[in-house]
Amino acid sequence: MTDWLSPTEWQAVALSLKVSLWATLVSLPLGVLVAFALARWEFRGRQLLNGLVHLPLILPPVVTGYLLLIVFGRQGPIGAWLDQLFGVTLAFRWTGAVLAAAIMAFPLMVRAIRLAIEAVDPRLEQAAETLGASRAWVFATVTLPLILPGVIAGSVLAFAKAMGEFGATITFVSNIPGQTQTLPSAIYTFLQVPGGEASALRLVLVSVAVAMLALLASELLARRAMRRVSGT
Amino acid sequence: MSLSVSITRQQGDFTLDAAFDAPEGITALLGKSGSGKTSIVNAVAGLVRPDRGRITLDGEVLFDSARGMHVPPSRRRLGYVFQDGRLFPHFNVRQNLTYGLRFAPSGATGPDLASVCDMLGLSHLTDRRPGALSGGEKQRVAIGRALLSRPRMLLMDEPLASLDSARKAEILPYLERLRDDTGLPILYVSHSVPEIARLATTVVLIDAGKVTGAGPAERILSDPSVVRQIGLREAGAVIPTRVLEHHDDGLSELVFSGGRLLLPRIDKPPETPVRVRILAHDVILSLHAPQGMSALNTLPVTVLSLREGDGPGMIAQLQCGDDRLLARITRRSATAMDLSPGKPLFAVIKSVAVARADVGAG
Repeated sequence: MTDWLSPTEWQAVALSLKVSLWATLVSLPLGVLVAFALARWEFRGRQLLNGLVHLPLILPPVVTGYLLLIVFGRQGPIGAWLDQLFGVTLAFRWTGAVLAAAIMAFPLMVRAIRLAIEAVDPRLEQAAETLGASRAWVFATVTLPLILPGVIAGSVLAFAKAMGEFGATITFVSNIPGQTQTLPSAIYTFLQVPGGEASALRLVLVSVAVAMLALLASELLARRAMRRVSGT
Repeated sequence: MSLSVSITRQQGDFTLDAAFDAPEGITALLGKSGSGKTSIVNAVAGLVRPDRGRITLDGEVLFDSARGMHVPPSRRRLGYVFQDGRLFPHFNVRQNLTYGLRFAPSGATGPDLASVCDMLGLSHLTDRRPGALSGGEKQRVAIGRALLSRPRMLLMDEPLASLDSARKAEILPYLERLRDDTGLPILYVSHSVPEIARLATTVVLIDAGKVTGAGPAERILSDPSVVRQIGLREAGAVIPTRVLEHHDDGLSELVFSGGRLLLPRIDKPPETPVRVRILAHDVILSLHAPQGMSALNTLPVTVLSLREGDGPGMIAQLQCGDDRLLARITRRSATAMDLSPGKPLFAVIKSVAVARADVGAG
């Protein structure tokens, strides 16, 4: 497989897969929590949280990237704190690319999971409670299995969005080959140099293939989960 | 084991203000739909919180507004059978049945999976998914699931309402066995008088959020003052009897405090207790012991009370041995026969008038 991709191209593909996978995994628990809060809990600031979560969907990605740079950059309030306490730097590192991708993909993930939670019949959860299950057990044994198709769909959507993230990433972590040059950044770079069209085209094909595979896999998983949930 | 409820709750325009005790056996909450029965059961289960009041089970407080106490549903240990089953769709029948078992305290005793499957006829279904079950099977699984959580009491909210009459007839004997074999107290919600006549040991009448009557089933159902609430067509007395013998011509002879009854064949061995519901409009009154008549049952009775309705009819309550009967007659007949309390009469009942569904385990 490495034969028909140059080392630089392969690097970009591998980095993108790594960044997207981490972005999806890291945001998943928070995504389920936020989706649950938005779907079920009544609290002050619910609309504000909803707005914040959806903001990256509406803002120009460059703006999100720049805000990330201000907040999570070395001099930024959270960035400086992370740097001092844990020696973690996000700006211009692949970990920063994970953060940018996660934030950009978060609204899509939350939306899908929230829809799934809203479709769960709360009367089933009540039934579980009367059988002696605490709230945490009800969530683990009834709610979570029932929203699994939605969680899978949301994760795949987030993964695909992370694979394609460009604006926020390039603004926050730049475009350093081997460090922060993701698939879209690499395609952009190859299009800027003479004779780069062939490389760009190969990466475009990889992009399309990864997206199709992800969709197929999610379809399969979701269908299997749905069969379980429908009770037949 | 007894449940004591005294609660008020405002739900929009509707005021729930109910107080009653549920002793051992099946306590039925009887009332029209929308009368607040389900709200009461949900409050007992802990799924809704009353505004004020107190709920105790065997002296243990489940809810007490004065002390700000509200035990969460998961710690009340009340098995709840819902009208709509509410089986977990992602589990098979066995997993559904045993769901509550892991949460039951280790000291709690009760039937195990095998005996519950046996009692409810579920043994051949354990690997099925809820989606592949019929309505009656689903309700049986729901009952089994509640039983296996080792509850201190069962709550049943119209468990038969979503089933057709054939499925109802299929489940009723299981409920009778539950009442007679497990000794578990049951709070049973229904709007169906025949169902309650067959199952209930205690009846609590609910109307518009209030308790309008409560007491032993035989007494409440033979009380002419409740006839208006439960409906004229459903009015009838419940009589505890015992099977005496079976005759060759397909009839069974039953004995009770007021005499003997001949009914179409009842498939129970002699000495079995059986409760029989005799509808008020199936009872004919006569001043003299009738002769040359096709009806087989003639019982000596005395008039206890007469109650007029809105139309041309009235309800006569009759003492028959230690038991009571209701008869629905016209006002014209009452006048012609010069009926008044204390008057001795004969009650005539056609054998075939007593439907099979109105004969249940005693």
